Amino acid sequence: MIGILASVIDGVLVGSVYGLAAMGLTLIWGVMNVINLAHGAIIVLGMFVLYLVATTLGLPAYGAIPVMIIFGFCFGVALYWIAVHRMIGRPHLMSLLSTFAVNMVLIGLGTALWTTSPYNVPVAMPGLTWQGYTFTGTHIMAAVLAALIAGLLYLLLYRTRIGKAIRAVANNREGAELSGIPTTRVLSLAFGLGVALAGVSGTLIATLFPFTVLSGEAYQLKSFVVTVLGGLGNPAGALIGGLALGLIEGLATPFMPVSWIPVVEFGLFVLCLIAFPRGIFALRRS
Amino acid sequence: MWRRPFPWLIVGAALLYALVPYFTNDVQLRESLLLAAVYIILASNLNLMIGYAGYINFGNIVFFGLGGYICLYLVNDFQWPLLLAALVGGVAVSAVALLFGLGILRLRGAFFALATIGVNAAIQQLVVNFEPWGGATGIYLALDAYGPLGGPMQALWNIYLLIVALTAASLLASYVIKNSKFGLGLIAIGQNEDAAAVLGVPTHLYKALIYSASAFLPAMAGGFYFFKSGIIEPAGAFNLQTSIEAIVMVMLGGAGTIIGPTLGAFLYEELRGYLLIAETFSHFQLVVAGTLLLVIVLFVPGGLLGFVHRRWPRTRKWLE
Repeated sequence: MIGILASVIDGVLVGSVYGLAAMGLTLIWGVMNVINLAHGAIIVLGMFVLYLVATTLGLPAYGAIPVMIIFGFCFGVALYWIAVHRMIGRPHLMSLLSTFAVNMVLIGLGTALWTTSPYNVPVAMPGLTWQGYTFTGTHIMAAVLAALIAGLLYLLLYRTRIGKAIRAVANNREGAELSGIPTTRVLSLAFGLGVALAGVSGTLIATLFPFTVLSGEAYQLKSFVVTVLGGLGNPAGALIGGLALGLIEGLATPFMPVSWIPVVEFGLFVLCLIAFPRGIFALRRS
Repeated sequence: MWRRPFPWLIVGAALLYALVPYFTNDVQLRESLLLAAVYIILASNLNLMIGYAGYINFGNIVFFGLGGYICLYLVNDFQWPLLLAALVGGVAVSAVALLFGLGILRLRGAFFALATIGVNAAIQQLVVNFEPWGGATGIYLALDAYGPLGGPMQALWNIYLLIVALTAASLLASYVIKNSKFGLGLIAIGQNEDAAAVLGVPTHLYKALIYSASAFLPAMAGGFYFFKSGIIEPAGAFNLQTSIEAIVMVMLGGAGTIIGPTLGAFLYEELRGYLLIAETFSHFQLVVAGTLLLVIVLFVPGGLLGFVHRRWPRTRKWLE
C-alpha cells in the first residue's frame, strides 16, 4: 500500500514538470489559437541547454534554468516573426504546418549536431527517505522549481501590465487593438513566453531522465494529453492536467507492464478529446 | 468519365511508368520508382482529406502500417494469397477508419489534427504490445512466402506492377471523387463547414466516408510494400515522420488538385534521393524538407500547381 503511495507521489512530482511543459503549449493556443508543433523540438532544445551548461561548461546544473528562460524567450520571439506572424488569423492547417516545418528544421539540425545517441546529465541532489522508500532529490527539486516557475507566470499574467495586455489580447484581439494595445508585439511576447516555458520544462526533464534528440516527440505527445485533460488555452488547467497525468502514470506503474502505459495515455487522450474537447477541468467560458 | 481526356492521361502515364523499368530491365530505376509510387499513393489519398475536405490528418501513415500488418499476418500465419490478404487488409482498415472517423471527425481544425497524432501513437503502442504480431520486433516473412509469385526475383517485379496499379487507382479515385456530388460536398466542407451544413451537405457522414475512403488504397499499398520488404515492425510501420513527409508532398504539389500531390510526391522523393546521396546534405535532409515546407506555407500556399494556375489561368481547364 505504501509502495503504491510512494509511486503515486513520485508520479505527481514528475507530473508537475509535464504540467509546466503543457503550460507553454496552452498559453500559445489561448492567446493566438496556434498549436505549436515545434513544442517537442523546443523541449529538446532545453535538454541540450542543460547538457551544454552542465557538461560542456561545467557550471552547476540548475544554473541552466535562467539561461534557458532568457534564451528560450528570445528564441520564441524570433520564431514568432519567422514562422507564426503570417499565420495569425489564417486556417489552422497553415499554422500547424509552419510550426511543424520549424520542428523538422530544429530536429534535423539537432541530429546533425548531436546525433541521436542518448545523453545523460548526472545531477547530484540528496534524496528523501521515508518508510524505506527513497524519493529522488532531482524529482523533488524539479517539482519545486516547476511550481515556482508556474507561480511566477501567474504573477506575470495577473499582477503586471504586460500580463493584463496578454490576457486582453487572448480575450478579444480587435478589442485590445482598439484600446491601444500593440497586439502584434503582445502576440510575439506571448509566443516567446510559451517557448521559454517549454524549453525550461525540457531542462527540468533532462535533470530527471536520459534524453536523445528525438525524445521531444514523446514529451510533446504528453503535453497534448495534459492540455486536453486540462482544457486547451487554460494555464492553470494545464498544471492540474500535468499532475493528473503524473498521478495516472504513478498509479498505473505498479499494476501493469511499463510498455502498456503509453497505450493507456494515448487511448485516454483520444477519448478525452472526443468526449470533452474543451478539457475535463476546463472552466466554462462565459 | 471516360469521355474526358484526363482519365486516359492517367492510364497512359501509369502504363509508361510500369513499362519503362520493365523493358530497360533496370532494377535500380524500378526501386526508385517504386518508392516514388508508394509516396504518390500516400500523398494523393491524403489529399482527399487535406485538399478536398480541408482536414489535416497528421496520422495518415497509420492506415499504411495497419494494412501492412494485417496483410503480413494473414500471409505469414495463415498462408493466404497476397492479393486476398492485401484486399482484406484494405477493407478492414477502411472499416476501422469509418468507425474512428465517426468519432474523431466531430472535432474540427486543430483538435482533429491532434487527435490523429494521438490515434497513430495509440495504435503504434498497441501493436508494440500485441504478441501475435510479434510485439516490438514485428513480423518476419518466411522466404517461401514468395513462392506463389514465382520466387523472390519475379515477386519483386509483380509487386512493382501491383503498386503502380494502385497508384493509377488512387489518381482515378481522386478524379472521380472530385467530379462527383460527393466531391463537391467535400470541397464545400473544406471552404466553410457551417455554410455547407446549412445548404444540406450531410457533413458528418461525408467526412467519415472520405476518412475511410482515404484509408483503403494506402492500406493495400502497405500490404504490398511490407510484403516486398519481408519484415514489418512498429517503429517503421507507424513512422510519424513519413506521415509528415506526405503532407509536405501534398503542399508542395498543390493541395486540392489531382496532379499536384503526384508531382509533389515524385519531386520530393527524387530530391530526397539526391540529398541522401550527396555527401554534404545527407545529415540535413530533414532541415531541407522543413525549410521547403516553411517556404511553401509562407509564400506559395497553393503549391506548384496553384502557382501555375494563378500565373496561367487557362491551365485550370485541363490541368486538374
